Amino acid sequence: MLLTKAEMRRAMLGGAASLAGIIAFVGLAVLALLLSSGGSSILATVFEPYILRILRFTLLQAVLSTALSIVFAIPVAQALARQRHFPGRIWIIRLMAVPMGLPVLIGALGLIGIWGRQGIMNSALLKFGLAEPVSIYGLSGILLAHVFFNMPLAARLMLAALERVPSEYWLMASGLGMRPLSTFRFIEWPVLRSVIPGIAGLIFMLCATSFTLVLTLGGGPAATTVEVAIYQSLRFDFDPGRAVTLSLLQIVLTSMILGALSLLPAPKDEGMTVGKPVRRPDGRLPGARLVDGGVLLLATLFLALPLMSVVLAGLRSDLMKLLREPIFWQSAATSLAISISAAALALLISMTLVSARRTALLRGSGAFGRRFLFAAMGGASSLVLLVPTIVLATGWFIALRNLGNASAVAPVLIVAINALMSLPFVMRVLEPAFIVHKHRTQKLAASLGVTGWARLRLIDTPALFKPMLTAFSFAMALSLGDLGAVALFGSDSFVTLPWLVYSRMGSYRTNDADGLALILGVVCLLLTIAGTMGPARREVAVHG
Amino acid sequence: MVDPKFAIEMQQVGLQLGNQNFQFDCRLPTGAVIAVTGASGAGKSTFLNLLAGFDTALKGRILIAGKDVTEVYPAQRPVSLVFQDNNLFSHLDIFTNIGLGINPSLKLTTTDCRTISSSLEKVGLAGFERRMPGTLSGGERQRVAFARALVRNRPVLLLDEPFAALDPGLRNGMAALLLDMHRETGNTVVVVSHDPDEVKRIADFGLFLEDGRIVVAAPIDEFLGRADHPGLTQFLRS
Repeated sequence: MLLTKAEMRRAMLGGAASLAGIIAFVGLAVLALLLSSGGSSILATVFEPYILRILRFTLLQAVLSTALSIVFAIPVAQALARQRHFPGRIWIIRLMAVPMGLPVLIGALGLIGIWGRQGIMNSALLKFGLAEPVSIYGLSGILLAHVFFNMPLAARLMLAALERVPSEYWLMASGLGMRPLSTFRFIEWPVLRSVIPGIAGLIFMLCATSFTLVLTLGGGPAATTVEVAIYQSLRFDFDPGRAVTLSLLQIVLTSMILGALSLLPAPKDEGMTVGKPVRRPDGRLPGARLVDGGVLLLATLFLALPLMSVVLAGLRSDLMKLLREPIFWQSAATSLAISISAAALALLISMTLVSARRTALLRGSGAFGRRFLFAAMGGASSLVLLVPTIVLATGWFIALRNLGNASAVAPVLIVAINALMSLPFVMRVLEPAFIVHKHRTQKLAASLGVTGWARLRLIDTPALFKPMLTAFSFAMALSLGDLGAVALFGSDSFVTLPWLVYSRMGSYRTNDADGLALILGVVCLLLTIAGTMGPARREVAVHG
Repeated sequence: MVDPKFAIEMQQVGLQLGNQNFQFDCRLPTGAVIAVTGASGAGKSTFLNLLAGFDTALKGRILIAGKDVTEVYPAQRPVSLVFQDNNLFSHLDIFTNIGLGINPSLKLTTTDCRTISSSLEKVGLAGFERRMPGTLSGGERQRVAFARALVRNRPVLLLDEPFAALDPGLRNGMAALLLDMHRETGNTVVVVSHDPDEVKRIADFGLFLEDGRIVVAAPIDEFLGRADHPGLTQFLRS
């Protein structure tokens, strides 16, 4: 009896309302897809060569992206774990968090700046007499970009795993005179082997549902993923039938990946933050220092150069002129309104779900219904992983097309889709904080009778303010940088900042795009930094 | 109303948590210091949670101070609580933490404010009103919890290993403070303890739990003299 009856009822009603809302929103979209496909035509179209080719490319690029990210992450994590003390170590680790907080579109622009036709890479290679050996467009570009975004994620997770190794192991290894290869074989690899499946599964999921990167760097029949093909079917080919088939195909694909993922151990991010400082005598060997230094230098350049390119190109553009354009302020206001509403909605939904889940667990010890609710509410918060944003948007696009004017409700839809999109991450920030907080205070609050409004004001809000701020700024950054939902509903009268960047890229007003990208990137990074100042770290959110 | 002879009565109280079954039946004397002992997992915490109202009995009745509290919400029971730790809300100052014991919405009169200050004096922490819990030592935080129990002024005080997290040197002083409070208020004290010396020093009545049941319940002299129960003998020797 840790909650009063009224509190229990309120918590369960709130959670049930959120659950019903999510299921209705996603369910209607899927229903619209199913109804307009008419069942039989799917089987006929799914084996069209065009669709099979897209499916093949989607899987191929995801497998290759995952493998490359993992392979490159291993030496980086190894070097960071081995070299505990050198100036700037913490900054390299922070730099590796940047791609996660950066809107994907901005990252793509930076990569084009470095690896593109006029980028410094190809210019340098040209001087050596090689003619544009690296292409940022097509498969190689997509792989490059996926490695840019996911290698740091993998390296950080691996580093955390290596830092969980008891520090005596390293001392013992050097005491036994193990050479780097033996250390890798007997200590590092067994640790990495246990975390790599989870990390690989996560990255595979991210790459298989990647939209923005493939849209900007791929495109064309040779380099199109399912998500981008859905968008092209709707916006360019006006072939809703194919969009529906592809959407359903994507749901099948994601459900298979999620099913496989659930069998793998989830990667954990917490390293050893307390306890004795780790000493790595093997890192002091001159050979190890040289190799590690080289690896870290290359990784830093790989990550930092595109970011610097965004900054330099942005500064070179005519920022003053951009700031005088009404379309900039209009789209900035739209983006701001959408991201704030989406973040607030995500926070509201997840708070109701988290507290209802907690209440459901408290009540019955054995009641099946409550356990079912508990699981359903957890699953609902991750429903967007199963039905990706583009598929959701397509479903609503099709449903509203039959009803008439879709543009009137477009902002509402984008807010709802963006809120759902950030929900898994917001939940992962809030739920542990909420559980720890309840664990500390629930008995005390119940025994003193601090309930309802007084508890919200005196106990819950002060304690949960920081994680809620983290979740809010994180959801806002995610929504601000999102191109997926707006790609289907955007129009001349409804423009967000990412959409403005994208359309300026396409119309060869690249200078404008650079300037806008810099502004958007800085805003999103500031939001991420503001969020991570709280106790819950954002990587917690990203790890699925 | 006549003061009932038994502060606490558990009548055929049954509860199942996971795979473990609990069955409690006892009558505990008013105005005594009652020690609850037993091995880990024997059900000491569940016993206390039932009295406090954090766990609810599936069957049977619980009476505290002559009142049936089986279905009563924790705050409405005539008990105060001191846990092993997390007794204070860490983001609220000492004054507010104690004030919540008087009024959970923190609507305090000037008399209440004086009561809070004098309770802090009694536990040896005069002038600590505006300090934050994080700036206090573990022993001082437990004293604040005692001060809050004083202002709540309930007939029964429940303590869940209140000194376990403290240095051995501090424990004696805290136990003395507890006994002082007990003598001043004449309340009934139920204290879960792992420490046989502590039980011998402070208790008037002993309970020994095993496998979710009360296997020995007796006045302290008889309790310490019982040789017929191997589990209890082992506990007292440790």
